[in-house]
Amino acid sequence: MNGWTEKLIRVNLSDKTIKVEKLNMEDAKLYLGGRGLGSKYLYDEIDPEIEPLSPENKLIFMTGPMTGTYATCAGRFNVVAKAPLTGTIGAANSGGHFGPELKFAGYDGIIFEGKSEEPVYLHINDDKIELKCAKHLWGKNVTETTDILLQENEEDAKVSCIGPAGEKLVLFATVMNEKDRAAGRSGIGAVMGSKNLKAVVVKGTNGIGVANKTEFMKATMESRDKILANPVSGKGGGLATYGTQVLVNILNESHALPTNNWQTSRFEDADKISGEFLTENYLVRNKACFACPIGCGRVIKIPDGKYKGIVAGPEYEAGWSFGASSGINDMNAIDKANHVCNLLGMDPITMGSTIACAMELYEKGIITKKDLDGKELKFGDAESIIEWTEKTGNREGFGDIMALGSYRMAEKYGHPEYSMTVKKQEMPAYDGRAIQGMALEYATSNRGGCHVRGYLTSPEVLGIPIKTDPLVTEGKAALLKLFQDLTAMIDSSDICLFTTFALGLPEISAMLRNTIGINMTDEEILLAGERIWNLERLFNIEAGFNRNDDTLPPRLLNETLTTGPAKGRVADLDVMLDEYYKLRGWDEYGVPTEEKVEALSISTKATEASF
Amino acid sequence: MSKGIVISPEKCTGCRTCELVCSFYKIDTFNPKDAAISVLSYDEAGLQVPMVCMQCDEPHCMTVCTVNAITKDSKTGTVNVDSDKCIGCKMCVSACPFGNMTYSSRLKKVIKCDLCDGYPQCVRLCPSGALEYKELDSTLQKRKNIASQFVETLREGAK
Repeated sequence: MNGWTEKLIRVNLSDKTIKVEKLNMEDAKLYLGGRGLGSKYLYDEIDPEIEPLSPENKLIFMTGPMTGTYATCAGRFNVVAKAPLTGTIGAANSGGHFGPELKFAGYDGIIFEGKSEEPVYLHINDDKIELKCAKHLWGKNVTETTDILLQENEEDAKVSCIGPAGEKLVLFATVMNEKDRAAGRSGIGAVMGSKNLKAVVVKGTNGIGVANKTEFMKATMESRDKILANPVSGKGGGLATYGTQVLVNILNESHALPTNNWQTSRFEDADKISGEFLTENYLVRNKACFACPIGCGRVIKIPDGKYKGIVAGPEYEAGWSFGASSGINDMNAIDKANHVCNLLGMDPITMGSTIACAMELYEKGIITKKDLDGKELKFGDAESIIEWTEKTGNREGFGDIMALGSYRMAEKYGHPEYSMTVKKQEMPAYDGRAIQGMALEYATSNRGGCHVRGYLTSPEVLGIPIKTDPLVTEGKAALLKLFQDLTAMIDSSDICLFTTFALGLPEISAMLRNTIGINMTDEEILLAGERIWNLERLFNIEAGFNRNDDTLPPRLLNETLTTGPAKGRVADLDVMLDEYYKLRGWDEYGVPTEEKVEALSISTKATEASF
Repeated sequence: MSKGIVISPEKCTGCRTCELVCSFYKIDTFNPKDAAISVLSYDEAGLQVPMVCMQCDEPHCMTVCTVNAITKDSKTGTVNVDSDKCIGCKMCVSACPFGNMTYSSRLKKVIKCDLCDGYPQCVRLCPSGALEYKELDSTLQKRKNIASQFVETLREGAK
């Protein structure tokens, strides 16, 4: 048993049957695990046209071959389903310790099918697997749920659960792990809620072996040393010292920090919501996920009010959505709103962005106090982000409409153009007009507006691994293709994307090869990433998406930036998109060609039918 | 003076590298449950505390062992378990006042820190500096740091 445990749990929630089956090893070699293998199972087992919150959707927890080993930052897993927010394929990635624990219990993943009539949770203790009643947990927040489940079961088990937002089908609900690590985007928590599945509790006592022990340790030590010596990921580096919010001042200085719902790209009070400010005033200590030498997680202190206590601090994109995007300079309020998202189980990027969109609708007179339960909603009003986050998670008053995300909310009032979304999911924290590569990244992301599907901010702004000019469009399609394929491989392996600040394909391939003991070349490993990307695309095409959906909000295409190096620029998407499709081997409508699908050995429904 | 593992919980990030590498070097697989070191998590305080054998001068585990499988090396100070002699009665697990004796029901044997022959791997690979392997008299500095907090308090009180 090397890397993969080669076993999978299949739970039918409708008839309460639980089966342990052999992992499809042919697919595991092609799609690795995590995001890739989870997506392959989903693609094979559901019709991409189904309604995401129907019992026909499946919810797949999937780890990767490196999860649970000492490979650098190998604590991750993915939750995969058709996404309710976007209607695309949805794969949300989480750190923490849940993924490794599932491997230690002896399983690579869990597939949930159907829908339970009453609330249940799944309890796994090695080979003992059972569905238990969760009626007493329904309505409880994430912290309460986790604490009760640890009392009821093993105190050192790991808990993955939804909060009230997932139960109430908020379209951007998360699956929360160990209270504050989130499988955050795509609204995967609402799929879990739609199945009446409150939680998964797992304890495992088995070990995970690697194929070539000496070579594995050598490769891992080299990777570890590079991560620790790197100015971003290393000891005393930006991430360890300031967390991901180190980016606030950097993006603000680049005039790429979307402010007041993307009306401008520079926030006057950025220094009050920065990583530096958080560290100085709120940080208690750093927290790391499993096997991670970076430790970017923030343990912070909320000093006052009803949320007073020691909690997890916001990530950069969460801090941005409640901060610059909503015109708010009050770190205390941002920390609280982020914590409410963790308690209720919601994606703070979409939550903050939806509030920011409502602020602009109010500013423009499109919605009024009457719509907003009798209240004003202005940019900069710090208390409002806490209040509306609570009301959205509980679906009270206008929060019931915010629970649909900014696109459906703005569309309801006739102005979807004020929703800063791609495929109905909110874009985070990096203005595509100032960073042209990110414009293409958002438009082509297989799960809608998202920054971690091909993080071109790394070369365009941070200069890693090479510095590119963020205002130039030439060459960005090729760079993005490489980043997307590499990221898909990393998300499927399944290690943390932050390793790529210090590691490239050769280092990650060496760890993966020596984990699984299969002699794949670096190129073959990268090809797995391209295969995964194309499979996700095929799912979306079959779900009804096409070139028209690979676009950006009108604001980014038509309204020029007014300050900074990108003053006068819009996102030059069309020119990059044509080049991108060509490089991908897709036709002009963005559909992967038959030759491409065949070259990548993807078995589609069409190719299978021809047998 | 003997060397020992000195723990600084305030530096621990909870990454569990110590557990992982301990199990790997002891039993060849990655399995935190079969490690001689464990990290305990206290959410309310945001604190992670690594716990490992203290290599006691008068080890209770050794005293209760009926088959003399546990011995203390007078030169290094390490308390060692002879797995050939061990009968798996688990008396030592009950006797350790710190709970630092791990019993693996999977392997049917006790797992205990032996300081990796003087090169503890958990210390070598701890990324945060929460674990150090050093002469135990050097903990004087740690004592000084804690004492200085009292001094601060006294000064405050005197004002």
